[in-house]
Amino acid sequence: MTIMALKRVTRLVGEELHLDDVSLNLQSGQLYVLLGQTSAGKTSLLRVMAGLDRPSEGQVMLGGVDVTQKSVRQRNVAMVYQQFVNYPSFTVYDNIASPLRLRGFRRAEVDRRVKETAELLHIEALLGRLPAELSGGQQQRLAIARALVKEADLLLLDEPLVNLDYKLREELRTELKALFARRDAIVVYATTEPMEALIMGGNVVVMGEGRALQAGPTLEVYHRPGSIRVATTFSDPAMNMIDVSVRDGQARTKTGLALPLRGSLANLGPGRYRLGVRANHLFLQRRREADIELEGEVDLAEISGSETFVHLRHNNLDWVIQEEGVHPLQRGSAVTFYLDPEKLYVFGDTGALELAPATTPLDHAA
Amino acid sequence: MNKTENNKAWFLVLPVVILVAFSAVIPLMTVVNYSVQDIFGPGQRFFVGDEWFRETLRDPRLHEAFLRQLLFTGTILAIQIPLGIAIALTLPTKGWGVSACLVLLALPLLMPWNVVGTIWLIFARTDIGLAGWSLAQLGIDFNFTGDPLHAWITVVVMDVWHWTPLVVLLCYSGLRAIPDAFYQAAQVDGAGAWAVFRYIQLPKLTGVLTIAVLLRFMDSFMIYTEPFVLTGGGPGNSTTFLSQFLATAAVGRFDIGPAAAFSIIYFLFILLFSWLFYTAITRISTGTR
Repeated sequence: MTIMALKRVTRLVGEELHLDDVSLNLQSGQLYVLLGQTSAGKTSLLRVMAGLDRPSEGQVMLGGVDVTQKSVRQRNVAMVYQQFVNYPSFTVYDNIASPLRLRGFRRAEVDRRVKETAELLHIEALLGRLPAELSGGQQQRLAIARALVKEADLLLLDEPLVNLDYKLREELRTELKALFARRDAIVVYATTEPMEALIMGGNVVVMGEGRALQAGPTLEVYHRPGSIRVATTFSDPAMNMIDVSVRDGQARTKTGLALPLRGSLANLGPGRYRLGVRANHLFLQRRREADIELEGEVDLAEISGSETFVHLRHNNLDWVIQEEGVHPLQRGSAVTFYLDPEKLYVFGDTGALELAPATTPLDHAA
Repeated sequence: MNKTENNKAWFLVLPVVILVAFSAVIPLMTVVNYSVQDIFGPGQRFFVGDEWFRETLRDPRLHEAFLRQLLFTGTILAIQIPLGIAIALTLPTKGWGVSACLVLLALPLLMPWNVVGTIWLIFARTDIGLAGWSLAQLGIDFNFTGDPLHAWITVVVMDVWHWTPLVVLLCYSGLRAIPDAFYQAAQVDGAGAWAVFRYIQLPKLTGVLTIAVLLRFMDSFMIYTEPFVLTGGGPGNSTTFLSQFLATAAVGRFDIGPAAAFSIIYFLFILLFSWLFYTAITRISTGTR
């Protein structure tokens, strides 16, 4: 088993801090999803891992050896990009074969590996074609095949599915998940989409402003985000946030809304907090006796296939509700919605998590 | 199916039809008209059929001019295309140097063609021109008005100076359009600088190179002003290219019939060559074997 360790890696480019004191341990045979918004430092981190860039400070260890100063050629790395990167004048076969030929494999071995990898990615029928004659999805399959065929120790994917349409993305995502599971490499997969991180599973590293905000098994991080930053990044749509002060077992907002604190929240000490509710924990129908009833005014109802995202205003706060089914609601119409008080995240004044809702096996399916 | 009559659509294409008619079709038909007639004056014309065409194609002076033209176009393409690519590869990619280089490179392109000829006419003189004088100081008996080879070199160098920047600009824009990820991928694969050029940059440049080759081919095949100003086609006929040959026939000798026939041959020839270049390059770039 190989371990890649980043020790206090910092990267300054001019005046700009691209990576800020990142420490991580990555194990072979595991998938790590780098989750963060654009310019959170995902690509910078991947480049340092690959050896394309040197960190300004800190060390990169691979299998116990310091590789900080080793160039990308001396490391066994494969990379897949957002753009479909293939040699334009090579056929699909030659494209897949190129990394093997550069390393001087025998012809029979090259042939065997190329065919094997092409089959894994279902492009075996296209071996004689040129990249320009392939569809977007096929081009990215080819790029992934080129990366897989190397059997690198480190497989880096930088938002590989962004430029594909929705259907293809879903299809390729499930295939990739299965492919990675059979690999012995350290797989690092960068994405901006919380849903993608959840589907890929494995481990997640939430990034923000060049820092690794939180790392751990994906579901665990999702259910216990360590801070407001992590919760916002790892939530789509963004988590609804309410500023409250707690007194006498009740949380009050400045605008006068009072929420009773039940269950584990009952023990919350007096003080100021921020409460977080995920959009899928707000409902348009009452589900339990304890649900808190709230009134709001619809701003916008976005219908995305089988779900509706209702943006509404309540007490001068913007809320988003994610509701199953199609709910065409008129802008400006009044709507009653329900909040499950047991699904509240509580963050302290500093933004650190104080309490997370208890997870039930059912939630893991979400 | 119900066919609805809607003649209004014709009015929409009418402006283009008129424009094309006056700019291309009518002048071309006039030339066709001249090429099959012998004209002595207003009202005195005889239909001569393909006589002018046969006479033109048999003319040994035309054969010489044609070979000279091929040699000239071949030479400048062989110099300008590789040189243009090479310069484009060495240009800076960021910082203030980019605009500085691009502006400097674009300067020759902005000059009127007869000015280019005049500049080089002075530049190559051994008494007051920098280039001519320097060569004379080096002990070379440089004389572009007397020595055919010197005249040739001067015309070629002038054209390279004038038009290589066009190739550079086209290639530079082509190179900038290659996403950074390609270079990274090549680095990850362990590819060297030559492999990067051969397998990434050159294939990605085929589009702009097609345009560059076509433009330079057509332009150089029709070159007139600069050699006319610089050498006047001489010494002897050594730098008389096709368009000058045509101008001499039509304007100088007033042989309108043969000149018209030659114009048509000339036009068809350029069309044919451009088509050949285009299909050859697109074949290569799409890999059709």
